[in-house]
Amino acid sequence: MNPINQPAICFENVYFTSNKQQILENISGKIAEAKITAFVGPSGAGKSTLLKMCNRLISQTSGKIEVFNQPIEQFNPIELRREVGISLQSAPMINGTVFDNLNLPKKLQQATLSTRDAITILKDVGLDETFLKKDAKNLSGGQKQRVSIARTLINKSKILLLDEITSALDPTATKEIEQLILSLNKKYNVTIILVTHNIEQAIAISDEIWVLMNGSLIEICASNQLKNSSNPQIQQFLSGVLK
Amino acid sequence: MTFTTLAITLLFVLVPLLLSKALNLNLGKDTIIATVRSIIQLLIVGYILKFVFEGNQLIYILLMIALMIVAATLNARKKGESISGITWKIALTLLTVEIITMTVLVGFQVIPPTAQYVIPLSGMAIGNAMVLSILFLNRFKAEIEAYSDEVELILSLGGTPKQAIHRQLIAAIKASMIPTIESQKTIGLVQLPGMMSGQIIAGADPLQAVQFQLLVLFMLLSSAAISSVLLGFLSYPTLFNQQMQLIKEKFNPEN
Repeated sequence: MNPINQPAICFENVYFTSNKQQILENISGKIAEAKITAFVGPSGAGKSTLLKMCNRLISQTSGKIEVFNQPIEQFNPIELRREVGISLQSAPMINGTVFDNLNLPKKLQQATLSTRDAITILKDVGLDETFLKKDAKNLSGGQKQRVSIARTLINKSKILLLDEITSALDPTATKEIEQLILSLNKKYNVTIILVTHNIEQAIAISDEIWVLMNGSLIEICASNQLKNSSNPQIQQFLSGVLK
Repeated sequence: MTFTTLAITLLFVLVPLLLSKALNLNLGKDTIIATVRSIIQLLIVGYILKFVFEGNQLIYILLMIALMIVAATLNARKKGESISGITWKIALTLLTVEIITMTVLVGFQVIPPTAQYVIPLSGMAIGNAMVLSILFLNRFKAEIEAYSDEVELILSLGGTPKQAIHRQLIAAIKASMIPTIESQKTIGLVQLPGMMSGQIIAGADPLQAVQFQLLVLFMLLSSAAISSVLLGFLSYPTLFNQQMQLIKEKFNPEN
């Protein structure tokens, strides 16, 4: 595995407890800048919780998280969330057109997105300008996810968090989104962290994989090394999900 | 009306009791409890009001209003348990409604500052504000639970808690005010309002009864608007923590 020159995010002994239940336990590791990292593991492993800690939608109970070498607590939550954008699993759309949705991050800053910028960002996520006037609630699952990613990119985030964004998509749409993730990583040099339960997807598009089980981080490895792991828990997990 | 004639009206209570028994509605016990409670509560209020009216001292009027606000607050707060400090927030809302209402009514000499006018009108304003508060709190919680992903979306895009909750807040304020506005649209067409009917039965000039009823309607509109807006803006900040996160433990989001 290549050494990390500059970590985008650094976790140190991170714990998270909710309703007296331990969700994450002693998580330590570094997310490489400008790379794609996948959090994998069975349902309930704590992947999404760890992801949402990266932009403080959830705060750790104890431990240290640093974003670009700065303790996460030192960031203003609003600025941090613009710098570390997230696309949520359900790709929620606000009422209105695709343009209204793309304009939302600007509107929150009392600004307006230009039509030209909207068209550019739509093209970046593989949609043409005819989508601008479409009702966002009527889009297909894959189109919603594209708009959701585009909307996050409006903030020019340096880190992009993707929470199970292909879980509800058909295989064709999934492949298209995977290609989109790779192209965005290249074009914008953006650090991407994706949560997925799709091991093949994680291996195919990520540089590094973090395996979580029962709230613990049991392995960090280069994605092409995952199948060679000697960890029996990982082998057992892989044999269950890979056919 | 004598107590004997009042006793005859208990025949009306016999009807639901008999129907409940015949149709197995199982409402007999609740009907009896409701009847007994209403008799006791209203008689107590009647005697207290008689005492206050005869005394006609400011301290008694203020005590009665304080009692109304306390009772209404205790009733409404059950619906807002997920909101920190809901008791004082409701109390402050009801107090504001009362102060604004009475400032206009007494200040502009619409009514004389006597117990006979101030107490019943205060009761209507506070009672309406209490119902509005309950409606608002119910709807606000339901809106947040149904659209928690939208709240999270706006926070995740760098929105403030106020921006994140705006849609749910406005929806709850509107929903809680609609019944007051709608009921006023048909007033007089379907049924005569209780206060107006009471005045007419007591022998007042119908036109004067209408004037008072209009006064009450306008007052209730204002109390509805003040209570849901004020309670809304007092409530929403406590749903977020200092890290600008929605405190989900307070709700049961659908997803």
